[in-house]
Amino acid sequence: MPEFLLDGRSVPFEPGQTVMEAAIAAGIYIPHLCWHPAFEPHGSCKLCTVDIDGRPASACTRPAEAGMQVTSGSEALRRLRLRLTQMLFVEGNHFCPSCEKSGDCELQAMGYYLGMTDNHYPHFYPRRELDASHPDILLDRDRCIFCELCVRASRKEGKSVFALAGRGPQTRLVINSPSGRLGDSELDAGDEAAGICPVGAIVRRNTAYRVPIGQRRYDLAGIDEESLARERPLLGRADGPTED
Amino acid sequence: MTEQRYRHLEQASGKTGLRRVAIDPLTRVEGHGKVTLLLDEENRVQQARLHIVEFRGFEKFIQGRPYWEVPVLVQRLCGICPVSHLLAGAKAIDDLMGATGIPPTAEKLRRLLHYGQVLQSHALHFFHLASPDLLFGPESQPALRNVMAELEGERSREIALMGIRLRRFGQEVIRHIIGKRIHGTGPLPGGMNRHLDREAGRELQEELPQVLAWAGQGVDLARRLILADPGEHRRFATVPSLFLALTGPNGAHELYDGLLRVRDEKGGLLYDGLEPRRYREYLREQVKRWSYMKFPYLSHLGPELGWYRVGPLARLNVCDHFGTEQAERQRRRFFELMGPPPVQATLAYHWARMIEILHCAERIEELLRDEDLYRGELLCETSRGEEGVGVIEAPRGVLIHHYRVDEQGLVTGANLIVSTTHNNTAMNESLRQVAAEYLDGREFDELLLNRIEMAIRAYDPCLSCATHAIGKMPLELVLEAPDGSERGRLLRHADGTVVQG
Ligand code: SF4
Ligand code: FES
Repeated sequence: MPEFLLDGRSVPFEPGQTVMEAAIAAGIYIPHLCWHPAFEPHGSCKLCTVDIDGRPASACTRPAEAGMQVTSGSEALRRLRLRLTQMLFVEGNHFCPSCEKSGDCELQAMGYYLGMTDNHYPHFYPRRELDASHPDILLDRDRCIFCELCVRASRKEGKSVFALAGRGPQTRLVINSPSGRLGDSELDAGDEAAGICPVGAIVRRNTAYRVPIGQRRYDLAGIDEESLARERPLLGRADGPTED
Repeated sequence: MTEQRYRHLEQASGKTGLRRVAIDPLTRVEGHGKVTLLLDEENRVQQARLHIVEFRGFEKFIQGRPYWEVPVLVQRLCGICPVSHLLAGAKAIDDLMGATGIPPTAEKLRRLLHYGQVLQSHALHFFHLASPDLLFGPESQPALRNVMAELEGERSREIALMGIRLRRFGQEVIRHIIGKRIHGTGPLPGGMNRHLDREAGRELQEELPQVLAWAGQGVDLARRLILADPGEHRRFATVPSLFLALTGPNGAHELYDGLLRVRDEKGGLLYDGLEPRRYREYLREQVKRWSYMKFPYLSHLGPELGWYRVGPLARLNVCDHFGTEQAERQRRRFFELMGPPPVQATLAYHWARMIEILHCAERIEELLRDEDLYRGELLCETSRGEEGVGVIEAPRGVLIHHYRVDEQGLVTGANLIVSTTHNNTAMNESLRQVAAEYLDGREFDELLLNRIEMAIRAYDPCLSCATHAIGKMPLELVLEAPDGSERGRLLRHADGTVVQG
């Protein structure tokens, strides 16, 4: 099998695999938020930025090549990822103290993983609409990080309930329904799209705070360990590009 | 019914030539507040007011949030008694969700949680904030009047450590139930999210003999300190009033759930068995221009006569008995030594607080032996309504949470009446009493001013909890010339209208 070097370790890969897939398969964590093993990579959050032969690249989109020299674990990259995470925090309205997703949120866990202790940037305090029209699901746009996982999941399910609209600070998650509200869309509580949000933007009703502190996902393991344990077995599930 | 005897000091007749003295910030209370005094040339007090200077806005920013977030969000009102807000919020949401049959396991867990809360908050207040005044005397050097000085003194060190350890125990109880010492999660609509871990239960049980011993010593200490100068301590900051508190079945002392009672000045029951969720039928709140904090009163008596006091002293005065042996013995002793209920001495709040610590420790002991904590149903069926009220006895007294939601479950309105707010008139009246009786005509210095703080401190006010009323907040802007004469005034009324006054 061909190999590349990741932080000094040789990582074997199958042709066609990305750097991210090969690393995860080899049990090496590379930080990521918008990548999910079951979907085509999206390449938007840039948390997976690594150094490949002296140049920055997204590990989730870059195909692995034999002999490349990849650095992921450097202090410079940690700092870069920290700044990106801080930007995600200030761009939305994330009130971890009362958020029901606290302890189970990938953005929060990433903050801990990267040693985030402040926001660094001034808050945007955007005004975003809450959608509580669905009987089983709440959409709290304040917490959306625009990873498009729900978009990709719903498309794969043949419903295409979600999409991103607008650009830059005006980006927002929109709903495919006559009224533009979730309650009038085809989304069902059992859909993968309803359960995939890495943060607390799409949550199921009647589940808030059910898991006691101490037993929540990231109480039990850091995001690196948890990600490897959960995502490694799912590798190879992505089934071809889901074209826009 | 109960006149405010020092009411004339709320507003000086004219301000020309008066000197202003401010105690800002008030020390050894939770949150920020200040006191202002206006004095004439002979140092006679013409006006004395307690002001709340910070402002929060929880009632506003929970609007539009889903109802299930409410308890977890509003507990952030306070870092001292967050559990009381968590539980008052949870009870309001239960009411909203038609959760009438909370399983015994969940109710007992919540009670245990709240006993831990009251115990730790009382310990914090008595040992860390109030006891330096009582141990070293109100006019002792300021450098001495704090818990750090207590830790250094040979005699006081043991007392300070006892306080710290008692508080720690209360916080451990909390942590084992909601996962964190402050701001955890646990209550859900219709119940709780976990049982008590058996190992945790055993750990806490092991500490209990010591905790009960400390609590007993705490009561003795408070009694000794108050009785050291009985005449003076009965008189200081004392303002005869009505008392309001929850009681349990047969008039038992109650901290979690029950019906409201009011005891009058003569010792009779003015009201008994009031449904807390119908509080709007008998409680109103008055707004005054000079304070962010509202002034609640019993509506049928009106704001002048219908004011009352809440908190540990009110609970002792209002109940007929404690359900636990040692606290009941101490309650009887309290009334033997202080006279029949209602005891009006404001400093007796401290003593009452210590008896409640003992009671909480006894209740915790009882509950930890209860199998229900470790197994059984945690949740009951819920439906969905539009409005819910939750009332609890927070460490500082009656705490009311009231929410309305729309058909999607988003909060459309909230009203919170926190314990410290109930005591607003009383604190002002006590402050005016001290100003009139102790300061009037004397030369002012820091030591004398500490007496003012002591009067307010007795109520253990939590000023951060009490400053949540956005939008209803009246504001007054006064332009004064250097000689104190008034040049102009701008008023914003409670309804938001602004007028030139
Ligand atoms: S709602 Fe969640 S899953 Fe969808 S784009 Fe936003 S953060 Fe991603
Ligand atoms: S994980 Fe690669 S860009 Fe988001």
